[in-house]
Amino acid sequence: MTANAQTQVERMLALVPYLRGREGISVDDVARDFKVPPGQIVKDLNVLWFCGLPDAMPGDMIDVDMDALEGEGVVRLSNAEFLSRPLRLAPHEALAMIVALRALREAAGEHEREAVDRALAKLESAAGEAAAAATAVDVHVDPVDSEIRAAVDAALHGNRRMHLRYYVPGRDEITERDVDPIRLIVAEGQVYLEAWCTRVQEVRFFRLDRMTAAEVLEQSAQPPPGAGRADVSGGLFQAAEDDLLAVLELDRSARWMAEYYPIETSTELSDGRLQIALRVRDEEWLIRLVLRVGGGAAVVEPQEVAAAVRERACEALEAYAD
Amino acid sequence: MTARKSERLMNLTICLLVARHYVPKQRIRQAVEGYHDLTDEAFDRMFDRDKEELRALGVPIEVGTLTKAFEDEPGYRIRRDLFELPEIELAPDEAAVVGLAARVWQDASLASATTQGLRKLRAGGVPVDESALTVLEPRLATDEPAFEPMFDAVTAHRTVSFDYRRLGADEAARRRLEPWGIVSWHGHWYTVGLDQDREAPRMFRLSRIAGEVSSGEPGSFEPPHDVDLRTLASSLAPPQPKSSATVRVRATAGDPLRRRATAITSVDDNWTELQVPYSDVSSFADELVSFGADVVAESPGELREAVMSRLSAVAGVSG
Repeated sequence: MTANAQTQVERMLALVPYLRGREGISVDDVARDFKVPPGQIVKDLNVLWFCGLPDAMPGDMIDVDMDALEGEGVVRLSNAEFLSRPLRLAPHEALAMIVALRALREAAGEHEREAVDRALAKLESAAGEAAAAATAVDVHVDPVDSEIRAAVDAALHGNRRMHLRYYVPGRDEITERDVDPIRLIVAEGQVYLEAWCTRVQEVRFFRLDRMTAAEVLEQSAQPPPGAGRADVSGGLFQAAEDDLLAVLELDRSARWMAEYYPIETSTELSDGRLQIALRVRDEEWLIRLVLRVGGGAAVVEPQEVAAAVRERACEALEAYAD
Repeated sequence: MTARKSERLMNLTICLLVARHYVPKQRIRQAVEGYHDLTDEAFDRMFDRDKEELRALGVPIEVGTLTKAFEDEPGYRIRRDLFELPEIELAPDEAAVVGLAARVWQDASLASATTQGLRKLRAGGVPVDESALTVLEPRLATDEPAFEPMFDAVTAHRTVSFDYRRLGADEAARRRLEPWGIVSWHGHWYTVGLDQDREAPRMFRLSRIAGEVSSGEPGSFEPPHDVDLRTLASSLAPPQPKSSATVRVRATAGDPLRRRATAITSVDDNWTELQVPYSDVSSFADELVSFGADVVAESPGELREAVMSRLSAVAGVSG
């Protein structure tokens, strides 16, 4: 109950100045900007109708045109000059916004970085003391080659197709492909290009630091309508149902795998070993991963992968024989 | 209930905001309709609670004495210059990047703090557009349970203690820290601060904190005023390469090694020899092993041995 009133007051303190200069705006538009259902805005207005200057004399109260609200669904609020500006930013709000902008700055190309800097400076000055805490949070994104980045930005802004030389670590292979860029996503400290890959006819994510060459083509980008821009809040790489389910047993030295990769299940075994199950799209990727932990992980399933890993190691050992 | 309380809180805010001087409590009781019809005791309780709730929203309610003649009667006011968001004018491109900020946080509480902040900017006349289709979307996820308490500790200057499991360590060990800041570094959140037991700056990955973070009182330490988190994080992060290895790579393979190589020599049609800098034998050997028969470690001997013993372990033969 308390939290409700507080939330409502917080919203109303912004709603009143927001409505200045927006006379006759529809309730639906207000609701969209405030990210609440239209009914909530109507409730807020019904409360504001009873608010005003001390002693609540007629003529001192905020005036809400209830006929317009009920009839046409539009908002007309007046007689509220005493609340002409919103409340200043609270420290946690300033912090969340400033850190978000810093993350944006790290991710931005030349182009946007300058605008981000100007916006940050203005926001920090408007936030005043509330901005101080923001110095305690920093976001670092691994830098990428500036030529590659410039090419990707040029293709995105000019809406052009690109030719990429792209390294696929799971196969230790450089691939050549034409892609239609959609957007850049920065996640887990890396910059990814979401693009329609004309070779596989699918949307794929390409890490910029794995592009060995990027060329902007004359042709304009034509990703199929609606391709990409899916919600990636659950992570960029979602396991699919038909992916291979692999079961591994990890030594202490290989436990990092459990925090690094999205795993399905994990079970503590005796003597500090951990059994994990994870979805794998590409067997080759798994083979290389298991080789990498050099005996720290044993493949329980699938058996073929376990055999392939052993075989690969024996083959590699031949180079050291004599 | 909610509506009546919201109304009272709004009227209290307006009453204190429009006043030129401190308003005595009894005057507030008359002026704000929601305080009528209450016993003295009930009014006192309700007024105290209301003040605290408004302060929690960031409404700067000040207490002072009225005039010299009424020194013992406290009054209240809200200074408009402290209450109001200062004028902020953003150019269209600045407003566009501020709109993007709304999508950055994946975590509910930080996302909602951003939304509230943007709402205030918009109410202050800034044309923030959150719906634009953009080509750039940075995302910050804060899945670690330790994030929230650490974030709070950093902003309120609370000391913390927690169980920390170092990578490869058997047991978690208790650490005590003055947390100076939080850094997202290579895609993971770390806290950086003064380790009270080691009496030196240390960096801890939040995902390796096991169990609860216990926090001390606010203001229990003062972070150094000139701390540069990024520089500190990079100095505490793994060391720069200081050794160089000779490795043989099949002509079609090992692109990441080629990129780091300081020298590349063609051996024959099938093989290339590279000089690759590295910092740690063990982790470099791990990487080389992942290439299987496409990469051969030639020297130094220490690296060659490490690769051979890993391969033997995987192959299941005694090395």
